[in-house]
Amino acid sequence: MLRLNFLLLSLAIVCALGVVTSQHKARKYFMALQSEKDKAQEMEVEWGQLQLELGSLALPARVEKIASAQLQMRVPQGKQIQFVRIDSARVVTP
Amino acid sequence: MMHHVGTLKASGQMALPPWRSRVLFVCLLAGFVGLLARGVYLQGINNGFLQQKGDARYGRVVAINAHRGMISDRNGAPLAISTPVDSIWASPQDVKATPKQIKTLASMLDLNAAKLKRRMLNKSRDFVYLKRQLAPELAGKVAGLGIPGVSLQREYRRYYPSGDVTSQLIGFTNVDDKGQEGIELALQSLLSGKAGSQRVIKDRRGQIVEDVASLRLPKEGGDVVLSLDNKIQFMAFREIRKAVEDHKAKAGSIVVLDAKTGEVLALANWPSFNPNNRSNLEPGAMRNRVVTDMFEPGSTMKPFTVAAALELGKVKPDTIINTENGVYKLGGRTIHDTHQAASLSVAQVIQKSSNVGAAKIALLMKPKQLWTSLSEDGFGAQTGSGFPGESPGILRDYKKWRPIEQATMSYGNGISVTLLQLARAYTAFANDGELLPVTLFKREVPPIGISVFSPATAHAVKDMLETVVRPGGTAPLAQITGYRVAGKTGTAHKVEGGRYVDHYVASFVGMAPASNPRLIVAVMVNDPSGAAYYGGLVAAPVFRNVMGSALRQFNVPNDAPLDNVMRPDPSEFVREDV
Repeated sequence: MLRLNFLLLSLAIVCALGVVTSQHKARKYFMALQSEKDKAQEMEVEWGQLQLELGSLALPARVEKIASAQLQMRVPQGKQIQFVRIDSARVVTP
Repeated sequence: MMHHVGTLKASGQMALPPWRSRVLFVCLLAGFVGLLARGVYLQGINNGFLQQKGDARYGRVVAINAHRGMISDRNGAPLAISTPVDSIWASPQDVKATPKQIKTLASMLDLNAAKLKRRMLNKSRDFVYLKRQLAPELAGKVAGLGIPGVSLQREYRRYYPSGDVTSQLIGFTNVDDKGQEGIELALQSLLSGKAGSQRVIKDRRGQIVEDVASLRLPKEGGDVVLSLDNKIQFMAFREIRKAVEDHKAKAGSIVVLDAKTGEVLALANWPSFNPNNRSNLEPGAMRNRVVTDMFEPGSTMKPFTVAAALELGKVKPDTIINTENGVYKLGGRTIHDTHQAASLSVAQVIQKSSNVGAAKIALLMKPKQLWTSLSEDGFGAQTGSGFPGESPGILRDYKKWRPIEQATMSYGNGISVTLLQLARAYTAFANDGELLPVTLFKREVPPIGISVFSPATAHAVKDMLETVVRPGGTAPLAQITGYRVAGKTGTAHKVEGGRYVDHYVASFVGMAPASNPRLIVAVMVNDPSGAAYYGGLVAAPVFRNVMGSALRQFNVPNDAPLDNVMRPDPSEFVREDV
């Protein structure tokens, strides 16, 4: 009876220690998860900002200004445009 | 004590009375029982108290952020996007900062150090904002200072990259991220995210160490893809703005429709406003006039009168109408034509925009017939765009029409429409008589139209509309090199206080390429007060520029030779009748 009690006691102690270590581990993993989540959030933030930046850099007003002022580009006249039809690969000369 | 007892024992002179050990035993036992009872009471019976204390120290409910969905154009370019910003706040009770730290913080936040210190250390308050809506990068640096009692709070700010180009359509949100106008308002429930919350355990350093329970899952806001095309939108906006400024007009609107799908590719108004900075906002600039404002369209209505008569077999395109040399008396009123002709064919009535001709054609029909046709074309009812505050226009009950009213309605007086309604009605001429539903959102499947005219009628009217832009018509300025154009000008007197005044609304609605229309552009300029006020002079050039660049944008093949555009001198214009 006494031996059984001792056995149960030591079993209980081992279990208790197990609970403590697994709790500790769980918290450690959880913190790792949390920091990954934070990273994901940060990346999302960055994505949004890049999207915004792209949006403002690609604004048609800005593109047009650069094209005409810096690159001396012009809108082609009707005669300067040739249409290539994909179906017959035939060049339609205007 | 022990020593003393020992010595007593060792001496053996005196035995302890047995009751002393018993008293001690009972005392100790009572102590243990007391502790045990207290333990049972705290842990078992009244455990809420300690639980509460523990939770108060380590348990926290934290919010899980959810942001508002993005609004983008049909190609994915962002038109409204939420990005996180951080607000810096302090809880003065807990602030422990060295003077040097306060100085650094002040220079980071661009604040006065003395003032900042006073605010941070104002013990009478639990919570003070130090600075709101900071860029996350800077906020990260602030957090890096590690001042106890100073924390960040995540908030979202809405940005509109295209600024005033799309402002009336997109609308905006208020500080609480709630839609106030436009699409932001119409789709508030879809766009808005719902923040979730979870119960966590935080350790001494404020780090989350355990996720206890998720109280509410966050719901991210849905993204919205509009039918708009950013580039065409920009062109449309730029041109309408230029037209309003050049012609000293009060306002102007333009809408570009995909003639095959009914999608709105561009929708712009001037005056406009910058949704990112609404500090000096005029109320008029916020209106999406294309959808919410109705106006008397004038001659842009004539094609629908003619189409109704053609459909009923009352006339043929070459039927000659007696136009009475441009003066026609009816019910005590006189209808005038500036372009005086004894007689015109039905096609010429459209080309020259004759009011007398249109009135006579209208009077060939019964009021109910004309009314039915016009209401089938979508007049007098909302287009179903779902835009907040959309006007249905006015198409009065035919039972109350007098003949003069039926006559004036034929050329767009006594009827009110929105520009979107008008543009949509023209889809019937572009699609073999099928009227398409319009939408502000990108379509994945082709829409189902309603057949309102026979293909023969639609083609006949479209052919007439092509003559409008040729020399001898009212809008040669609408010609586009390399493409056939079909369209109609409108110049209407404005109604003020129930009377027609000498202020005008100039409009043009057209489609191209006429052989197989791809796009419909409707332009309206309100009260041009420069030298010109005719639709053919004010609105048609806007149409030409926007339509021309949009056709190039979509790589629409030419359907006309590239060298036959004849632009007569403006003084030789065929003036339309107003």
